[in-house]
Amino acid sequence: MEKTNKKSLVYALAAILCLLLAVSLLENLNLWITVPKWLKPTSMLFTVLKKGAVYSLIAVSLNLLNGFTGLFSLGHAGFMLLGAYTYAIFCTPIDVKTSVFYKYGGSSVNFSFVEMYEKLFGENMLSVSLGVITAMILAGLVAALVAFLIGLPVLRLKSDYLAIATLGFAEIVRALFQWEAPFWGKITNGANMIKGFPKFSDFNIKGANGQVVYYMSTLVPFLFAGACIAIMVLIIRSTHGRAFKAIRDDEIAAEAMGINLAKHKMLSFCTSAFFAGIGGVMYAMYTTTVQAKPFTSALTYEILLIVVIGGIGSVSGSCLASFLFIACSEWWLRFLDKETVIGSFRVPLLRDGFRMVVFSVVIMIIVLFFRRGIMGDKELPDVMRNLGKKISQKKLKAKEGATDENGTEA
Amino acid sequence: MKTVLKLEDITMQFGGVVAVNNLSMHVDEGEIVSLIGPNGAGKTTVFNVITGVYEATNGRVSFEENPMLENFPKGKMKTLYAGENAGVYTATMVKTPDKITEMGIARTFQNIRLFKSMTVLENVVTAMHLRRKSNFFTATFMLDRAERKKFVEKAEALLKEVDLFDLKDELATSLPYGKQRRLEIARALATEPKLLLLDEPAAGMNPQETEDLTKFIHSIRDKFGLTIFLIEHHMNLVMDISDRIYVIDFGKQIAEGTPAEIQDNQKVIDAYLGVADNE
Repeated sequence: MEKTNKKSLVYALAAILCLLLAVSLLENLNLWITVPKWLKPTSMLFTVLKKGAVYSLIAVSLNLLNGFTGLFSLGHAGFMLLGAYTYAIFCTPIDVKTSVFYKYGGSSVNFSFVEMYEKLFGENMLSVSLGVITAMILAGLVAALVAFLIGLPVLRLKSDYLAIATLGFAEIVRALFQWEAPFWGKITNGANMIKGFPKFSDFNIKGANGQVVYYMSTLVPFLFAGACIAIMVLIIRSTHGRAFKAIRDDEIAAEAMGINLAKHKMLSFCTSAFFAGIGGVMYAMYTTTVQAKPFTSALTYEILLIVVIGGIGSVSGSCLASFLFIACSEWWLRFLDKETVIGSFRVPLLRDGFRMVVFSVVIMIIVLFFRRGIMGDKELPDVMRNLGKKISQKKLKAKEGATDENGTEA
Repeated sequence: MKTVLKLEDITMQFGGVVAVNNLSMHVDEGEIVSLIGPNGAGKTTVFNVITGVYEATNGRVSFEENPMLENFPKGKMKTLYAGENAGVYTATMVKTPDKITEMGIARTFQNIRLFKSMTVLENVVTAMHLRRKSNFFTATFMLDRAERKKFVEKAEALLKEVDLFDLKDELATSLPYGKQRRLEIARALATEPKLLLLDEPAAGMNPQETEDLTKFIHSIRDKFGLTIFLIEHHMNLVMDISDRIYVIDFGKQIAEGTPAEIQDNQKVIDAYLGVADNE
């Protein structure tokens, strides 16, 4: 068992490395050769890849809670918001803040991680990355701390009641961050947006004349999301992950086998919130501005939908589903929103908003035909292995058939 | 001989219903003790009180001669209380089931409760979680490899013991009923208990399987140095296996003794068969 584990670990690492290389190659191809329109850096493809990576992380963190621990929580938008705001507050340069926070006469947090590192290491990529990573961890910790505090009363609830309580929490947080009180506005900028913090495109390596010499803006979200998802996979595969699954399968039996329910539920809740906070940071980097407005329960539902489509209890399913979901909603179905005229024939139904109608139908079809999501509760390697087994069995059968025929001929 | 488990004046009252009434019993080290009684007599409730699922209304449970759980009627129960010995206990000791398992009491369930999504081996390894030395951080970053290996080896040894080793990679729920029961016992053993509580281990088994179970329970008691307390309806099994038997009816103890004594006890026969009305 140990041996196959090690082997599969090597395979998984190799696959991830290949994926990262492919992404990096894809976004830099335009620097070396002339590429078709869909490979230009402004193409929808890269938007989808970036947003997909961000959503993968958030979906997996929700899956850790909903799928692996069986706690039906809908507070994810709240944790994302906390992460995003923590990042925006602690990573926006001080001079940018004074102009952004003009309504409140400047920010009361005269500090920025990026600038702190710039003082130490100079103005380069290293200090930006370090600043972003530090702020990310802080954002995760803030989200986890808040999760701990609300988890104390809320985690005593079960199933639907927990969902409603966490949903309420998320809405309260959103309302709080739109509060326009002067002292509070100095920190959160009230209902106005915060901008000017490092975003994905700031990771592009630029030459002396400001021209991009190497694109990093798609690779970076993949790196961050990949690292976080890897840690979550490790958690799921550890003894604590097994305890989470035991709680999901049978709470009473889990408790009778010595698993402390309160402690493990809290652990799962805080871990999930931690990574949702980091997901919020990446969401902010993707959208380039932070405002409380988009962190509605609709955002949580979007992520929940991804988890359900991908398969509750499947990490690779969540990742796969986020890319498919984002590609469908942002890219592949775009043409449905445009009025199209072929020759003199005006295609009926195609107009603004029709995309969402088709999208809803697609989702309904998926849910109807893949009742347990695309992957069920299996992971990609398992599915591949089963497929490989089936193919080799078929080959074997074909061979046997061939030899049989030979035998009869002889 | 050491007393492993001692119940003193345990009363469990739900609202106005007294499910267990002033029950006192003890289980000594190395014994196999059965608790029998007609349907609805409160047997499983007794188990749930011992394992901390329910909080007894009145009385004390001691484990290895140390008080483990204790309670007395309070609040609304003060006026509602219909049991006896109301003034005797004044302390409140509450423990969650996981703490009680950690102390060394493991149980199985009347309706099998295995972890459905897990394989046979994983089911057993999960039960070792409470004996881990690693913490969340070391476990996540695989710094506990020695312990993981030890757990798997131990689980495999346990599965060999209960004759399920060949099925270790099967889904737990895909096993036939009798094997699921044995897996549940293996899982309970993985928590390293001193006292094993079996809730109807022979339910749904045929006579041959029941006979095997008798041998099996004896063998695990000797091998793991266990004390066993069980609830059972199969009288053959109970009479074969028990050192002592407690009989309860309507939550009250009606008899206690060796299998031979219980078989001749008029009260027990009445409880099971009913008393003829001579009016």
